[in-house]
Amino acid sequence: MTVDLSLLPDGGVGWLDASGTHSDIVLSTRIRLARNLDGYAFAARARDGERLRVLAQVREAVSSLPMLREAVMYRLDELPPTSRALLHERHLVSKELAGLDAQHPLRSGAAVFLADGLGLMVNEEDHLRLQSLRSGFALQEAYAAIDKLDRDLGTRIPYSYHSEFGFLTACPTNVGTGMRGSVLIHLPGLVLTKEIGKVLTSLQQMGLTYRGLYGEGSEVVGNFFQISNQTTLGRSEEELLDQLLRVVGHVVEREAEARRVLLRDAGYIIEDKLWRAYGTLRYARSLTFDEAMNYLSGVRLAVGLKLISSLSVYTLNKLLIFSQAAHLAFAEGRALTESETNLARARYVRKALEEEAGSVG
Amino acid sequence: MLCDSCHERDAVVHLTTIQDNAVHQLHLCERCAAERGVETTVATPKHPLGEFLHDAHQQLAMPNGEGLRCTFCHTTMADFRATGRWGCARCYTNFEAGIRELLRRVHGNHRHVGRTYHPPMSESLERSAVLGELRDRLRRAIESEQFELAADLRDRIKVME
Repeated sequence: MTVDLSLLPDGGVGWLDASGTHSDIVLSTRIRLARNLDGYAFAARARDGERLRVLAQVREAVSSLPMLREAVMYRLDELPPTSRALLHERHLVSKELAGLDAQHPLRSGAAVFLADGLGLMVNEEDHLRLQSLRSGFALQEAYAAIDKLDRDLGTRIPYSYHSEFGFLTACPTNVGTGMRGSVLIHLPGLVLTKEIGKVLTSLQQMGLTYRGLYGEGSEVVGNFFQISNQTTLGRSEEELLDQLLRVVGHVVEREAEARRVLLRDAGYIIEDKLWRAYGTLRYARSLTFDEAMNYLSGVRLAVGLKLISSLSVYTLNKLLIFSQAAHLAFAEGRALTESETNLARARYVRKALEEEAGSVG
Repeated sequence: MLCDSCHERDAVVHLTTIQDNAVHQLHLCERCAAERGVETTVATPKHPLGEFLHDAHQQLAMPNGEGLRCTFCHTTMADFRATGRWGCARCYTNFEAGIRELLRRVHGNHRHVGRTYHPPMSESLERSAVLGELRDRLRRAIESEQFELAADLRDRIKVME
């Protein structure tokens, strides 16, 4: 059995459509809530039978939930590695749930429910990881959706909750609200003006943290950062989100200012650098993932600065996802070696840029 | 060897400094060293939870702490140290005292102030609570000789049973 992503209303990538505010700087907003079912050991400690019972109980509850009634469910434990990688590359499941993390083998009962902008992972590190994904900078909208789902689900399934510690989670860093809000943001201006170090240090002083494109443990590539709250206990959901909103808002302003400074003080150098990035993507015959990410970062900046006028942010967002290894293998219909992947990536990027090339320049 | 500063406690920090081409040796106890700003903390492992786990070890290395085992999932402190994860919700009660201090260190706080939650009552729990209440009322009705009410309550109990 392979995964059929066409079952998803928007292919699960509606969050890439660049419709939100500040979409040239902020790609997407994600909020997740960690919850566990009362009466079972947490997923990593539970036996196979317990995890399957957890899944059965969740399926039963989901079937009567208006928000997830139309959701598509994938059993990760019944999918081949290529399909699991595909879901992971689309940011729809975590590396751990997909069983792609060497430290965490694929678990029985690992599943995900996906609906428009909403996801529910089952038997991840916690029994439930609810997530809400929005295009652009949209913390309030994302929270409103996930809070509703959480409240509806919580009346059908008893969560583990402690009057003093709040929602209980496998990892003590998630306990309390169980909430992690994160904003995926593109900061090439701050990197080029070398302001980024100061910004990242001040984030940490404000109780926030940053990660790479794929969350915890992933490296920063292509100047994409995920900024999120560090702590989950001792402050309310609203306070945590408000802090994230204010600080990320400030980072967005700093990035916009850095871009203005770059254009004003180093206009032709920047312009040359960004067009070279475009040229490489347009004509290269082989691209590694990191190369593609870095050149795409340059082209994205050029679009943000309006140097390249008619290339859409949506196309660039899609390239981030569809030029990854599992997606290329899926498109080619077979497993690819590393060098074949690099060739296929260059071919895919070339074609996508050619299609919009008529109006570029 | 006694501390060169307070001359009371044992010296555990031995500092060698060079001033004006002369070598000076200074032997200090932990407290005096700390007062002079000498770092004596041992390095913790480079793990996201490194400091936390290090503290967990110190916190729960109290008498009986090591042998503690969760009554529900059988997780021990050694398991927690190895994985950085608790095994079940009951661990939070079984290791409560240590966890409170650890949460304070990780989050700067140990008290949840976010949304409160009341788990749904299971149908059987709800039913037995209602039945219990009806039986209480029936008993009181009989005691106070309100027979009409008692008959009504008895009917309602019958339906529920």
